[in-house]
Amino acid sequence: MTEAPTRARAVIIGAGIVGNSLVHHLALLGWKDLVLVDKGPLPNPGGSTGHASNFIFPIEYSKMMFELTKDSTEQYQELGVFTESGGIEVARAPERMIELKRRVTQAKAWGIPAEHLTPEGVHKLVPYLDPSVILGGGYFPTVGVVDSLRAGTLMREKAQAAGALTVLSGTEVLDITTAADETGHERVRSVVTSAGEIRADNVVICCGVWSPRVARMAGARLPLTPIVHQMISVGPIALFAGTTGEISYPIVRDVDYGMYERQHGGDMEVGSYAHRPILIWADDIPSNEAAVLSPTELPFTQDDFDPQLEQALELMPELLGDEKAGTRYAINGLISMTPDGHPLLGEVPEVKGLWSAAASWIKEGPGCGRVVAELMSGRVPTVDVHEASAARFYPAARTAANTRDRAAEAFNKMYGIVHPREQYESTRPMRVSPLHERTAALGATYFETARWERPQWYATNEPLLDKYAGRLMERPAEWESRWWSPIINAEHLALRDGAGLVDLSAFTILDVTGPGALAGLQNLAVAQLDVPAGRVVYTSFLNEEGGIVADLTVMRLSSQAFRVVTGAADGARDAQWISDHLAAGAVLTDVTSAWATIGLWGPRAAAVMDDVLDEAEKRTRSAFPFGSISSVEIGGSVVLASRISYVGEYGWELHVPADQAGHLWDRLWDAGQPHGLVPVGIGVYGTTARLEKGYRAFGAELTPDFTLVEAGMTRPRVKAQAFIGKRAYLAQREARRSMSTAVLATLTVDSLVSADGTPRYAMGGEPVLSAEGSRLVDSRGRPSYVTSAGSGPSTGSHLLMAYLPARVSPVGTKLLVEYMGEQYPVTVASHGAVFDPSGSRMRG
Amino acid sequence: MEILVCVKRVPTVGGAITLTADGQAVDTRMSGFTISPHEECAVEEAVRLVDRHGGSVTVVTLGPVEAEEQLRFCLSLGASKAVLLEACGAGEFGPIATASALASVAESGAFDLVLLGNEASDTGDYQVGIRLAHLLRQPVATGIKALSVAFDGVSGSVEAVSVEAAREYRGVSETFQLPLPAVVTVKEGINLPRYPSLPGRLRAKRASIERIPVQFAPEGLRMRTLRVPVAGQHTATVLGHGVDAVPDLVRVLGELGVLS
Amino acid sequence: MTVYCLVELDAGTVADASLRALTMARGLASARGADVAAVVFGEAASVPVAELAAYGVMNAYAVAVDGYAPQAWARAIAELPNLAGSLGEGASSWVKTDTGLAVLTHDHEGEAGPAVLAAGTDHGNEVLAHVGAIAGLPVAANCVAAAPAPGGGLELVRQRWAGLLLEDAVLDAPVALLTVATDAVAAVPADSPGPVTVHEVKPELSAGDLVVRAEEAPAAAGGASLATARVVVGGGRGVGSADGFAPLEELASLLGGVVGVSRVVTSEGWRPHAQQVGQTGTKITPDLYLACGISGAIQHIAGCAGARHIVAINTDPAAPMMARADYALIGDLHQVLPALIEALRAR
Repeated sequence: MTEAPTRARAVIIGAGIVGNSLVHHLALLGWKDLVLVDKGPLPNPGGSTGHASNFIFPIEYSKMMFELTKDSTEQYQELGVFTESGGIEVARAPERMIELKRRVTQAKAWGIPAEHLTPEGVHKLVPYLDPSVILGGGYFPTVGVVDSLRAGTLMREKAQAAGALTVLSGTEVLDITTAADETGHERVRSVVTSAGEIRADNVVICCGVWSPRVARMAGARLPLTPIVHQMISVGPIALFAGTTGEISYPIVRDVDYGMYERQHGGDMEVGSYAHRPILIWADDIPSNEAAVLSPTELPFTQDDFDPQLEQALELMPELLGDEKAGTRYAINGLISMTPDGHPLLGEVPEVKGLWSAAASWIKEGPGCGRVVAELMSGRVPTVDVHEASAARFYPAARTAANTRDRAAEAFNKMYGIVHPREQYESTRPMRVSPLHERTAALGATYFETARWERPQWYATNEPLLDKYAGRLMERPAEWESRWWSPIINAEHLALRDGAGLVDLSAFTILDVTGPGALAGLQNLAVAQLDVPAGRVVYTSFLNEEGGIVADLTVMRLSSQAFRVVTGAADGARDAQWISDHLAAGAVLTDVTSAWATIGLWGPRAAAVMDDVLDEAEKRTRSAFPFGSISSVEIGGSVVLASRISYVGEYGWELHVPADQAGHLWDRLWDAGQPHGLVPVGIGVYGTTARLEKGYRAFGAELTPDFTLVEAGMTRPRVKAQAFIGKRAYLAQREARRSMSTAVLATLTVDSLVSADGTPRYAMGGEPVLSAEGSRLVDSRGRPSYVTSAGSGPSTGSHLLMAYLPARVSPVGTKLLVEYMGEQYPVTVASHGAVFDPSGSRMRG
Repeated sequence: MEILVCVKRVPTVGGAITLTADGQAVDTRMSGFTISPHEECAVEEAVRLVDRHGGSVTVVTLGPVEAEEQLRFCLSLGASKAVLLEACGAGEFGPIATASALASVAESGAFDLVLLGNEASDTGDYQVGIRLAHLLRQPVATGIKALSVAFDGVSGSVEAVSVEAAREYRGVSETFQLPLPAVVTVKEGINLPRYPSLPGRLRAKRASIERIPVQFAPEGLRMRTLRVPVAGQHTATVLGHGVDAVPDLVRVLGELGVLS
Repeated sequence: MTVYCLVELDAGTVADASLRALTMARGLASARGADVAAVVFGEAASVPVAELAAYGVMNAYAVAVDGYAPQAWARAIAELPNLAGSLGEGASSWVKTDTGLAVLTHDHEGEAGPAVLAAGTDHGNEVLAHVGAIAGLPVAANCVAAAPAPGGGLELVRQRWAGLLLEDAVLDAPVALLTVATDAVAAVPADSPGPVTVHEVKPELSAGDLVVRAEEAPAAAGGASLATARVVVGGGRGVGSADGFAPLEELASLLGGVVGVSRVVTSEGWRPHAQQVGQTGTKITPDLYLACGISGAIQHIAGCAGARHIVAINTDPAAPMMARADYALIGDLHQVLPALIEALRAR
């Protein structure tokens, strides 16, 4: 019955926890003329917020998810709707006991209270749990429950009280109109609702499970699928009759059976992630009018839950086995899932002014609202959410089919023991290199990045294991040997001894051309891009606060043509960053699929190259200085040869039209045989060779949370031209001595031997501790943890990278790293390369 | 007491009912199935009677094999035996065929009492219980909201001899005395049905269900199509907010002629 | 052929639901060039002749059965001499089968058979179901429209899901047995009332027909019937507690009405189920339904759709009940009702 305004600065669609949080944070940031629209009634419009079990476990392996959850918890606490209950993950299988060690160690890295419990210890906290069916537990005392509907109401009302917000409940969004802006981009124009059309500069999709449906109105694809999570509520529970408030006992996660048990007043809620993945199409979600309970509380399918009943009864026999306690409520609740389990935050790639704040659960909802409000305000977000960027997927990964396949596969891993290198199986192969047939014939084991199949190592290199026996740093513990092969280390040594051929065709290749290309890119890059044509420049992009947002190379092909080469995992996001900031006169074209890239490196790379280059060009090879690019003829193909290296050896990135990639590969292969050329996988390129050289990787060492100064990547001079983040960068440089709060270092593990005598290899994410075993936290509150880990076969050391507080960063400092509950001595080895620190091998 | 309860698998509807494209059925893709509220009360009443007086509850339904879901639900509430009259052939069984199929099960056991819901919530035929009673040549009472059993007190045996069944009709309480065996259809409100316990559900899951095929036969009343009634264009007149609007409300009540 | 209509009496006059049934019976009769006959259970003297005449009834059958015994009532209807007689000599007859059931056989080709209608009340549905069982004939319950079908039989529209759905159906039977939805057909007197001839009928009943009979007593609640009340004051979740109903009761008594409630109220145990309005409770047809704190779930709407006027009081202007109402007052019933009571008292 409320009149819809005809204009708004932003229309926020969806009044669940995220939409309410978003309007609150936008209002705090000074936004006015906001309109919050929901087709359902308030305070519970019928989305996933309304049926959430509303508990929050702070422990996450992903730093981003941990930080979003932490911020959300603090917001709930400020709103007075958080009740601490504690939570326990119980182990039924021996493997889970090991996993709990990993969880508790991870908790230590993030500073979350956590401890191991014996079965009796669990029983003491949860007296209705049968200790004889468990092996132990991991206790997280800061787990709690929230009233998410109340939180949403409070936040919405704050925005209303600030005079910033009009709320339209019972109002359905019928369409989102767009129009091309002056740069040719589609831009949102209006939201057509059942209460009238609202012209808007910004439209935010906070529609949870409905998000793909709403995005499609604007011609955008959001890779999100509704999926069923079953939950029942059993009561009245006699034991709970005497308790006050919503919860008096810790929440139990029976992770081995994919279930949780959580007191809710007089009832016990039992939820499951163990049943078959039940996917729903967003278009099939019933309307508020037609829904039996609510649109996202679908009819319970008892058969799917039945297997869980016995397991729940086994764990809590008396409490749940009470004949007087009935299943008072049972739903197939709809929740949102994305292909990688992370939310979808930020502007969507297809339409300017169309934002996504979707696929966020209760535990991270308020944090997601804050972050998107910050992004919409042009601010650097409080939490680095590049892993949740709405622009992180290429179009193929945004399709419904691929989204659903991945969601179905990931669903049962929700409480599973998921190896950090574990690979998805569904929808593969999706994107393949033009060299795929050749690498497959070489027995490649493929790992997937951004839906690209990349050879991780090659079975045909197995004979190298004998050659390099004793130097392979083999991993006797099953956990670390999983998704790994000693062949990686053998390939590494073979590359350093002879030459390696690396299929790098998954690189994202972006051409920026036109009269405004130089100016546009100069404005993004820290490094000087006004170089002569024929040079390749390695550079970072910064945000306004000097945080690192991209790490890539730029080739100047001609005065008005630049080619940006970046990692497959970062390409879609980088493309959006460039596109967002390019001025008129420059055109961005994604030519990834047109080009294949082959890496040729090693001490014999030059010799291999000599054998394939035409005579005339061979003589000019010495004119290929490091950092140069050159168009050369190899076997009749025109190849763009770029003299850079990410492995620390002399050689080239060879860019060739995709249709001739096989031809080039074959020429190099044939020529390389006398020189000991071997195919080398990404296990070497991305980890072992990189770590020996101390090269930083985006997403691991290079993130918006750290500066170039802290990363040790400052250049001697700062270019005269303006670029985004320059002011902050100059200030960071200025303050480097007095203010430097963290220093990126490479650590060597001094002793790998665990208590049972088995060598163990940290894999990343582990807490770095002082020599006395206490957590290391820098003056800005950032903990020290392992950002990258891997073998350094040429150095003979297991290598770790970590940001350290300056006082413990000097080379030679002795520290500890905790892994799986045990502490291992480490030494700060370098702030740069531990292998060939002078870089002489690269210069050739 | 041996009690037979007849139930029917019907779509769970919440708000607006949506139909399949051909208008032949309720679209149940997102709504699921249940038994009618009256029938839940029938099962509850039966379970309470045998809890109190001994005996057992058998539950029967005529429907597709999927109706086993509803039988198991009834088993989880305390019924101990279940029979599925498996509907074969295309077509919606009418009340005559339904009563006839149910009668075959009722006759096959020595039931003291057959309970049904007053009407199925989907078809609303209001007649299966009565037709069943005629086929069984047993007395029947319908729409019952209170039920008690009288026992043969003379011999001291536990044989139930009659039931007293009551309901209200237009402000009048109607009580029926029915000699057993008898058929009674009940209405919501006779009791507050229980929720299934987890052990009950486990028992239900493990129970075996007898299946008897029943062939469809057409009847004189045949559905052509279903449709959702078209709501007339309607706008509420807003009288205002809170107590300030009370004078207007009084005026409207006067206009409507309800103030004497 | 004659269209018979079971007429229920309410304190000596024709029950509202039966007036609606009579209206449909008259429509069906006129479409078939037939007349309407009323069947009234009671003494001839108790037949409300004037009311029946106003609704176009030509003949009334006063059936002498003592009290309400559904099977006996059904037997009496099935064996009405004029009903059986109208089927034609030899062409059709009620035949007792060896199971004790009576089966009506009738060669009705080319000729519409008689019809028996009753209001879709507990009694009407019950009696016609017995007639159907006795005669082996289909019964169409809760019809909202009936018309002769081109090829014989009747085209019907009947309620399913308590009126949430309509079914278009064909009834093909020698005698059409229908009940009439109590809330969907308006009671309309005939244009030209005629004289009513009253016939006394003394049915032949077996002992078995009288086994089940109602012992009647005033209902425990004592008050007026929800189904027939002219004013219903409804209370829903918004009332908040059992105690919260005091002002609703007071208002109901001031307006000469009764209290009705939504399903959540009976589930919570705040009020007895007898007061439930809706799909599984009572369907009401008052002049005024004053819905207080009722969101308006569709199952509830099914029960109050027959109200002539709806006034809704709710804090949520978006509640479905508010959209359904003729008048909506946005506010908290806990404040509005006391003020309303005070205002009514002051009059």
